[in-house]
Amino acid sequence: MAILINAEHLSRYYGKHCAIKDVSFTLAQGEVLGFLGPNGAGKTTTMQILSGNLAPSSGRVEINGYDLQNQPNAAKRSLGYLPDTPPLYKDLSVQEFLYYCAQLHGIPKKAIVSAVIKAQERCGLMSVSHRLIANLSKGYQQRIGIAQAIIHNPDVIMLDEPTVGLDPLQIREIRDLISELGRDHGIILSTHTLSEVQAVCTHVQIIHQGQLILKESIVHLNQQIDTASVLIGTRLKPDLTILSALNGVTSIESISDQHIKIHYRLTNNPTSRIIETIMSSGWELQELTPIKRSMEDIFITLTQNNDS
Amino acid sequence: MSMMILTIATREFKSLFLSPLAWTVLAVLQTILAYIFLTQVETFNLLQPKLATIDSALGLADIVITPLYSNAGIILLLITPLLTMRLICEERRHKTLSLLLSAPVSNVDIILGKYLGLLSLLILAVLMITLMPLSLLSGGALDNGKLIANLIALLLLVTAFTATGLYMSTLASHPAVAAMGTFGILLLLWILDWSAGLQEQRSELFEYLSLLRHFQNIQSGLISSVDICYFILFTASFIILSIHSLANERLQK
Repeated sequence: MAILINAEHLSRYYGKHCAIKDVSFTLAQGEVLGFLGPNGAGKTTTMQILSGNLAPSSGRVEINGYDLQNQPNAAKRSLGYLPDTPPLYKDLSVQEFLYYCAQLHGIPKKAIVSAVIKAQERCGLMSVSHRLIANLSKGYQQRIGIAQAIIHNPDVIMLDEPTVGLDPLQIREIRDLISELGRDHGIILSTHTLSEVQAVCTHVQIIHQGQLILKESIVHLNQQIDTASVLIGTRLKPDLTILSALNGVTSIESISDQHIKIHYRLTNNPTSRIIETIMSSGWELQELTPIKRSMEDIFITLTQNNDS
Repeated sequence: MSMMILTIATREFKSLFLSPLAWTVLAVLQTILAYIFLTQVETFNLLQPKLATIDSALGLADIVITPLYSNAGIILLLITPLLTMRLICEERRHKTLSLLLSAPVSNVDIILGKYLGLLSLLILAVLMITLMPLSLLSGGALDNGKLIANLIALLLLVTAFTATGLYMSTLASHPAVAAMGTFGILLLLWILDWSAGLQEQRSELFEYLSLLRHFQNIQSGLISSVDICYFILFTASFIILSIHSLANERLQK
């Protein structure tokens, strides 16, 4: 399958601070790549570099075979980008704004009107077509941002946190749209929620402190996530050294004197051993809540895998 | 001219009229200058009998047109920074600049598009000012050469003002800073010539750099290549600086 993005050894420094370090990856047609990482991990910086908004300190980017540095216009023609803040001219109407975006992307004059209508239909904007962007809700503004990124039918679509600020129904609509677009485009989307990646992506890439720590297909990721966590409340302060010595427990976080969070291996579930220990030590178990698999768990798995 | 420059310029020009700013500027400019124009016409009416008796070279153009365009120059010096401050600066603040930066549009297109979009408004303002002296044609003859010289002088002046403002707008992080910077540069270049009045301290460099000196030279009807070149170099320098400054946008932060 055609390689749409080829990023090689990208690094970016802000002064002495290193935002991303030696990031390399490729994106093929038909892939929906989820960029996962906590806030400040370098997701936005990477996307700004890929979209030509930011020059990398070192490394190079090729989009659809064109070097972003040397042939920026040819490379950007294959690119649709939604930044973390949607770039909207608030004093224009939705239609006027999208018309301008279509012009900027060099869509031939005759095709502009139909392109604008198609983008509005895909993003559910037909009913607000004539309204001023400033008067629309954040959800609509986000959708206008997506509409401007897909209006010229680019090969590569990059969406920086596309579902932020949307209600659950809108999130589902946008996810459906992304899955539909993913069939014949290459898509990169960044997010900090794992469930979003599991819902729409075919591949996932985890970035942590500016470095790629994983690139995997979703299927493999699910197999690889071997940690889960549980929240435990006791009446008396438990002895953490005894608990962390239990077989299967990977780490313990103390939240307060009475609450602790235990991370454990799914393949060696220590829940029953934890309960037994608490009962026999007389700390009086009051609460035991399984916590949904989170980014933290993945990081713990991955960083531990890397350490060992 | 690239299509993209035209696209960006048209959008900029139309957007100016979406806010009250452009309307206000045109209205204020026109009102003040109309008052000045009427005062000068009145002065001419008072002086006319005396002028007829002496063999004077002074005419309608000297008493009405030249002061009108000189004052227009000064008012535009105050107003242009307010118009140019938003050009790039506000796009950066509202994070809309990335729309242009990630589109297949070069930095040259963006800068020239923004420049020409705003310049169109100022040219419109200059043409509206020119309607005033033209109205005198209904009542008498006019020194057309003088009028055209004044028109060219003011047009060249606004091209230079706009280029300066655009550059400051690419540098500043806040529109007010851009406006203040532009105003400072323009006023300094405007008054640089004042030291020329003091015979012993005359500096040829300062005289050459002064906007006012070249503006007045063209206004007087002596259209020389030195003055025209000054404005072309001035404008081109600030546009090239703006293009470089925008290119740096991707490098720093």
